Amino acid sequence: MKSKTIKLDTIARVEGEGGLFVKIAGQQVTDVKLKIFEPPRFFEAFLRGRKCHELPDITARICGICPIAYQMSACQAIEDACGVQIGGPIRDLRRLIYCGEWIESHALHVYMLHAPDFLGYEDALAMAKDHGDAVRRGLRLKKTGNEIVRVLGGREIHPVNVRIGGFYKVPLKNELAALAEELKQACDDAMETVRWVSAFAYPEFHREYEFVALRHECEYPLNEGRIVSSLGLDIAVHEYDQNFVEEHLAHSNALHSRLSERGAYVVGPQARYNLNFDKLPPLAQQAARDAGLGPVCSNPFQSIVVRAVELVFACNEALRLIKSYEPPDPPAVSVEPHANTGYGCSEAPRGICYHRYRLDDRGVVMDARIVPPTAQNLKSIEGDLRQFVESHLGLQKDKLQWQCEQAVRNYDPCISCATHALRVRIDRE
Amino acid sequence: MAQGKPRLAVWKFASCDGCQLSLLDCEDELLAVAGAVEIASFPEASRAVSKGPFDISLVEGSITTAHDEQRIHAIRRASRFLITIGACATAGGIQALRNFKDVKEFKSTVYARPDYIEALKKSTPITDHVFVDFELRGCPINKYQLIEVLSAFLHGRKPNTPPHAVCVECKLSGTVCVMVAQGIPCLGPVTQVGCGALCPRYCRGCYGCFGPKETPNTAALSAWWTGMGISDRDQMRAFRGFNAYAEPFRRESEAHEK
Repeated sequence: MKSKTIKLDTIARVEGEGGLFVKIAGQQVTDVKLKIFEPPRFFEAFLRGRKCHELPDITARICGICPIAYQMSACQAIEDACGVQIGGPIRDLRRLIYCGEWIESHALHVYMLHAPDFLGYEDALAMAKDHGDAVRRGLRLKKTGNEIVRVLGGREIHPVNVRIGGFYKVPLKNELAALAEELKQACDDAMETVRWVSAFAYPEFHREYEFVALRHECEYPLNEGRIVSSLGLDIAVHEYDQNFVEEHLAHSNALHSRLSERGAYVVGPQARYNLNFDKLPPLAQQAARDAGLGPVCSNPFQSIVVRAVELVFACNEALRLIKSYEPPDPPAVSVEPHANTGYGCSEAPRGICYHRYRLDDRGVVMDARIVPPTAQNLKSIEGDLRQFVESHLGLQKDKLQWQCEQAVRNYDPCISCATHALRVRIDRE
Repeated sequence: MAQGKPRLAVWKFASCDGCQLSLLDCEDELLAVAGAVEIASFPEASRAVSKGPFDISLVEGSITTAHDEQRIHAIRRASRFLITIGACATAGGIQALRNFKDVKEFKSTVYARPDYIEALKKSTPITDHVFVDFELRGCPINKYQLIEVLSAFLHGRKPNTPPHAVCVECKLSGTVCVMVAQGIPCLGPVTQVGCGALCPRYCRGCYGCFGPKETPNTAALSAWWTGMGISDRDQMRAFRGFNAYAEPFRRESEAHEK
């Protein structure tokens, strides 16, 4: 039997370091491994003993691409432990800075990391030679997202202004109003993005997935909600640990998550979209329909279109929040530490980001658990690769390899996030 | 530089990716930078990989595995100039907090399957392993400083990145001192500028992401903090942040460890 191997030491255009290994014997894929060799950084271990007010700053460093996601989930978990709920304008401002991160991260992925696959370029800079307008549009969108984060947070990467209870300082009305002009342009750019990516050629590919995302009764999920799935899961955030487990596999410095009852699942833009299409504003729904998407999209190669639709949502949502903005006073509500366990979950650009902290009565962290989105998708990515390779064995090896990379990039994996740490587990007799 | 465009490579070790993202965050300058250099290897942005030698290597992240300990030497050999970017590469980063733990106990309590994981006892800066031509500080780095450093090396001049304290920048920007006026503990007096004195401008104390300034007097600052009623434990935590393993911060944090 003829056997061959696709081996790629470093997958390019993803955040962090991973490799790909697919072994084929005859017509069968005998082994698929998404190799994660990004070194582990042990966050959960060194978070023990830190004060809870340090968590937004420290956990942000898990990921330079989505620091806000970690800050938001950490704040929510601590506030949950201390019995505080944040509403009104502080909640709106959190939603706004999160929109900024979505815009920046989605624009980065759509234009710089993913689109070159569909158009056959090694990277966005090479693509810029033939598609200069598109790349400039992508950079403009990315800049607008970054600008929101910068104005609200102080800087684009690891912003300094987020704290437990709210913000250190809130912007004046006119500081935010200055963003509105750019955002109007961004709304147009986002619509154009949907049109642009909807014309790409997508490999036909379908598998059965269980999609998992947050769901909120009156809005497209971002800050908070219940954790729901396409197969009927519907739980509160604090029930996460009873429903999801993580496995430690030899080839991966990231843990693989699965639903304890059913196994692999998918988080991220497609999961959010499929479970919350009815909560998208009409404009975004229409953009999706015009791009040929129904209310459910399960071809992972079309995730780039879904990401573009979410760009439309995030730009319009940011504009709405800015128009209705009234500065909160004070900028943060006071949060007194409680000896308790708190849970937080928010929608990072790549999917749900779950945090759990146990605090003592002085607010010192006794135990921490963080589950980033990419760890939750690893099982599905490997499943996709297996099926994709089996149904495309006729392709030439270099073409097959490229499409395998593309199949990985469908998930916008953030390997830095996924290896932020190994779960702290005490295995003692 | 050799004929043709200078060749730039970007390398990653243990890190959050944020500092190399700073390069892609130069939205207005990116296409110009790409025009001035040949981006010879930058896996986060491109599939295209070409072999060395490279004129400039930007290195992000700290050394935490035996494999990386070897890899950095290969990169050094292939690079005319090696520039480290960010707190991980210049000081070991937040993951250097492991350096203060008892590794034996750490291993027996932390891992689910320690046999699957290969990691060194310490997270160390690049300069502990190879000669570094220039260190750009920050967690994350400031993208304008990155462009300044690239431009300086491309033109054969010294980069203009001031080594003085954040306090100077507060004074220059007219920011009222948060420690004097509001009694908020601030690491500004011992921390190098580069961020634009961001935290005091956002009504909070500096938390030291650019690491120690030149000749920092951490003991004097600590005495001041003690007078403000900040406990030893909290002082230890403050110095044990993103630049915990930078020598002056490490020493000061250890002085408060009881």
